[in-house]
Amino acid sequence: MCNDFFRMRGIVKTYQMGDEAQTVLKGIDLTVNEGEFLSILGPSGSGKSTLMNIIGCLDTPTSGEYILRGREIAKQNAQQLAAIRNREIGFVFQSFQLLPRLSAMRNVELPLIYAGMEERQRFLRAEEMLTRVGLSDKLRNHPNQLSGGQQQRVAIARALATNPSILLADEPTGALDQKNGRQVMQLFEEINGEGRTIIMITHDLSIARYGHRIVHILDGMLKEGEAQDA
Amino acid sequence: MLKHTISLWKESLRMSLTNIWNSKMRSFLTILGIVIGVTAVIALVTIMQSATTEVTEEFTAMGTGRLMVTVTGTPLKTGLSISDMEDIKAIENVEGVSPSLSAIVTVKSDYNWIEDVTVEGYNEVYFRRYPELVSYGRAINPMDADSRNHVVLLDETAIQQLFYGTDPLGKQIYLLGYRFTVIGVLSDADDNDVLSQAQSDGTDGGRMIIPYTTAMTITGTHDIQSLSVYVEDTDKTDQVEEELDNALKTMFNDKDGSYRIINMEGLLDTMNTMLSMMTTLLVGIAAIALLVGGIGIMNMMLVTVSERTTEIGLRKALGAEPRQIQIQFLIESIVLSLTGGLLGIVFGLAASYVFSVAADFEFVASGSAIALGVGFSVAVGIGFGWAPARKASELNPIDALRSI
Repeated sequence: MCNDFFRMRGIVKTYQMGDEAQTVLKGIDLTVNEGEFLSILGPSGSGKSTLMNIIGCLDTPTSGEYILRGREIAKQNAQQLAAIRNREIGFVFQSFQLLPRLSAMRNVELPLIYAGMEERQRFLRAEEMLTRVGLSDKLRNHPNQLSGGQQQRVAIARALATNPSILLADEPTGALDQKNGRQVMQLFEEINGEGRTIIMITHDLSIARYGHRIVHILDGMLKEGEAQDA
Repeated sequence: MLKHTISLWKESLRMSLTNIWNSKMRSFLTILGIVIGVTAVIALVTIMQSATTEVTEEFTAMGTGRLMVTVTGTPLKTGLSISDMEDIKAIENVEGVSPSLSAIVTVKSDYNWIEDVTVEGYNEVYFRRYPELVSYGRAINPMDADSRNHVVLLDETAIQQLFYGTDPLGKQIYLLGYRFTVIGVLSDADDNDVLSQAQSDGTDGGRMIIPYTTAMTITGTHDIQSLSVYVEDTDKTDQVEEELDNALKTMFNDKDGSYRIINMEGLLDTMNTMLSMMTTLLVGIAAIALLVGGIGIMNMMLVTVSERTTEIGLRKALGAEPRQIQIQFLIESIVLSLTGGLLGIVFGLAASYVFSVAADFEFVASGSAIALGVGFSVAVGIGFGWAPARKASELNPIDALRSI
């Protein structure tokens, strides 16, 4: 079957460290179907951050083929990659990455500005997204007036604002306590239940298990299933 | 696409205002250089323009279309005679010739006497040129000059001293022992006429004018050493000057330095050229302050870019194109320097207003000076913000996000 939604074949990423070349990813093959909730599990130094950067189109592979929604990522220029990040990928970071000087609303509006949406529409969309994550009463609050869990929910609202194909999360619960982490994961399940594809990268098996499929990354290679850890 | 761009600019503008507001102190110190530079430019340009206007007005009042002749003469011919004057009057396009004589005399009335008063001799041309000079009574007419009438016009100062303020018309005074009849009263010296002011300076006895021919007779001279030639059509001043020069050359037998012609317009041109050169020079110096200010802005923008590496990375992850990042930081830099520029315009205009009040100049807020201030500061913002904005746009999003 030829999957044009998300397909990686033989992805290799090599970094040049002075004289030494370090290969961080050593031939990754990965196919994700639309609507899947995939967890990529791996310890630090396994290459998962690099993989996440490549999935998120923040970085390009040294070799290999990466097709996202029918487009060959390696062939896109900087401007096209920016558009793909804007329309196809919603990022959720471990440390939320909200701009401290902007209100929740204006943080959520950011990707919509780059999408070229009009002010009024943008406003409505941001409000809708924040309501969706249960923060309709915190629209005007700045990040420092929100708890960690609330901040991460603002970040999720922002990630979903442009209606992307994939929600890409990097240790989304890493900076949260258990209760807030669980809430965020429940939100992820709901979002996935609405048909949104989620790719989540984590080192925590209990979090990874929220996904419907787990792949392991170890030393730059992928393995399906969670057998090794069991 | 256009809408998209405008919306992005608007957002960038809002972002930069937020950022500037959030670091008020730092922003203020950063733009101080621009404020000082623009203040200097605006103040200098405005003051120099006022000065130019003032000088031009003064010179125009002294008369455009007027050629002044001063004669030192030669041993054989120490001045111009009345017939020389007739020859000059005959030159094409000459409207009239007004000689000017002066002598220091003692003057007496029935009540009082004043020593060392300057008495001036003019003809009707002079009075025709300055009609507001006679406040009441009559001016000197051609017949007075032809028949060397003993008539005199006095100003208020002289009237106070000679007649204690009573109506002097028709009364008699004595100059060098000759009896004169008062025919008119001079208005107070016209402020605009620097020349007549200068002539009446030095004596506090007031101003007295008699026909120039009479003045020649009572002082026993045949020489006119100073006269003004009025030109009919101001466009032809240069041509008249040339012919006048030829005529005088003939009269004084080609002797160098025996006379001088001063062209008021030529003087004005020279003055204006000088003033505009001075303006350019001063603005050039002020521009150095702007340059220093620009370097300050560049420094702040570089610091801002490295402080906000994470923000830049995040914006890129959210879909900002390199160009959009560059625009954002460029706008921030322009907003900074433009704020400085606007403050500078306000301070500069205030400074030149204070100056114009102090120097008794007319204050003119010149549009070109304001445009210059705005233009300069925007140019500085773009010029010195370009490199930092470029640097921001070229940041690799991965490196930028990793620096968390």
